[in-house]
Amino acid sequence: MNRFLRLVSRDLRLALRQGSDATVAVMFFVLCVVLFPFGVGPEANILARIAAGVIWVAALLASLLSLERLFQNDYEDGSLELLTLTSLPLEAVVFAKVLAHWLVTGLPLIVAAPLLALLLNMNPEGFPVLIVTLAVGTPTLSLIGAIGAALTLGARRGGVLLSLLILPLYIPVLIFGAGAIDASLSGFTARPHLLLLCGLLVAALPLAPWAGAAALRQAIE
Amino acid sequence: MPLFAATDLTCLRGERLVFQGLSFDVEAGGGLVLLGPNGSGKSSLLRMMAGLLRPFSGGMSWDGAAVSSDPDLHRSRVHYVGHLDAVKPVLSARENLAFWASMGGASDPMGAAMAALERLGVPHIADVPGRYLSAGQKRRLNLARILAAPAPLWLLDEPSVALDRAGIGQLEAAIADHRRGGGIVVVSTHAEIALPGAATLHMDDFAADNLQHDADDQEFEP
Repeated sequence: MNRFLRLVSRDLRLALRQGSDATVAVMFFVLCVVLFPFGVGPEANILARIAAGVIWVAALLASLLSLERLFQNDYEDGSLELLTLTSLPLEAVVFAKVLAHWLVTGLPLIVAAPLLALLLNMNPEGFPVLIVTLAVGTPTLSLIGAIGAALTLGARRGGVLLSLLILPLYIPVLIFGAGAIDASLSGFTARPHLLLLCGLLVAALPLAPWAGAAALRQAIE
Repeated sequence: MPLFAATDLTCLRGERLVFQGLSFDVEAGGGLVLLGPNGSGKSSLLRMMAGLLRPFSGGMSWDGAAVSSDPDLHRSRVHYVGHLDAVKPVLSARENLAFWASMGGASDPMGAAMAALERLGVPHIADVPGRYLSAGQKRRLNLARILAAPAPLWLLDEPSVALDRAGIGQLEAAIADHRRGGGIVVVSTHAEIALPGAATLHMDDFAADNLQHDADDQEFEP
C-alpha cells in the first residue's frame, strides 16, 4: 500500500511539475465545447438540447488525448522495466498510474463541465446529474483507456491506433452518461442510467488493471 | 549448493535463436562476468535473469527453488541496471533516487538516497534536476539506485558505460561490498571491471549454429 501511494505521489509530482498534460486536457475540453456554438449557431434551444452530448463527447476526447502518454515516458526512459521489478504487482502499478492520471486530467474536467454547461444554456437542474455522471464516467474512461495505452505501447503512431481501439469501447459510457443527463432534463429519473454507469466502473476497476498489466508484460518483452 | 543457477537456457528473439544450451551456477557472494561480441545475447541473458524475458526453454533456480514457480518473488530480489537510466528530468537526483529507494523497501528513502549518492562520490548533484545531469552523472544516479535499497541479486548491463575511471573504482568497491555480504553480481562488460574470483561466461560458446558473426557490428537491442 505504501509503495502504491509512493507511485501515485511520484506521478502526481511529475504531472504537476511538467504541467502540460494536465492543462492540455482541460484546455482541449473547453475549446472543443466552445467550438459548437460557432458551428451550429447561437440558437439557445438547440444548444440546450445538444449540451449533454457535446460535453460528454468532448470529455471523452480530452481523456483520450492525454492517455496516449500514460505509460510512454516510463517506457522510454526504462522506469517501466524497473517498476515491474519491484514487489508492487504490475496490476497495482497500472492502477496507480491510472489513478494519478485521473486526478490530474479527469478532476479538472469535472470542475470545468458546469461552466461549459452554462455556456451551452443547459438547464441548471441538470448540473448535479452532469457532475455525477462525469465523476463516475471519467474514471471508467481512464481505466478503459489504460488498456489501449498499454497495448499500443512501443507502436509507431500509437495515438491513432489507441483511438481506433478505445473509442468503440467508450460508447457504452457515452450512452449512459449523456442519457442520464437527458433523462433528468426531460423529467425522468436518471437512476437506471447512473446505476449502469456505476456498473461499468465496477467492472472496469478490476478488469482494466489486469488487462493493462498483461499488455505491459508483452510490451516489455 | 549454488544459490543462483540455470540449466540449458535457450533464448529466442523473434525468429532468431540467440543462444542455446546455456547453463551457469553462482554461489552466494559469487560473481559472473558475461563476455561476448555485440549481439551474442548478453543483454538478453541479463533480462532473462531479471525475469523480464521468458526463456524459450530451460529454467533458473534460486536457492534450489525454480524461479518460474514464483516470478514475482524473484523480481523483487533483483536490482537491474540496463541501458536506460530511468532518470526523470523534472525530479532532482535525490527525489529520483528516493522514489526507487522507497519502492525497494528502504525505511528512510531520503537518507538512503543521500548515503548512496555519497558512496558513488556525487553528493553535490542531490538537488540538481535530472535534465541537467550529464550522461555519466545519470549513470551514477542509476547505479546509486542499487545501493539505496538492498537486493541480493545485482544484474548490471554494461555498467561502466559513460563512467570515468574514478566512477568505475567506486562501482568495483560497491560490488565487492555487496559480494562480501553474500550477494551475487552478474555483469556484462566490454571494459575492464575487476571482479576478483568471478567466473566468466563466454556467450560465444552457446551461440546457435545459425548465428553468423557478420552480425557482430549490429547493436543488439533487447
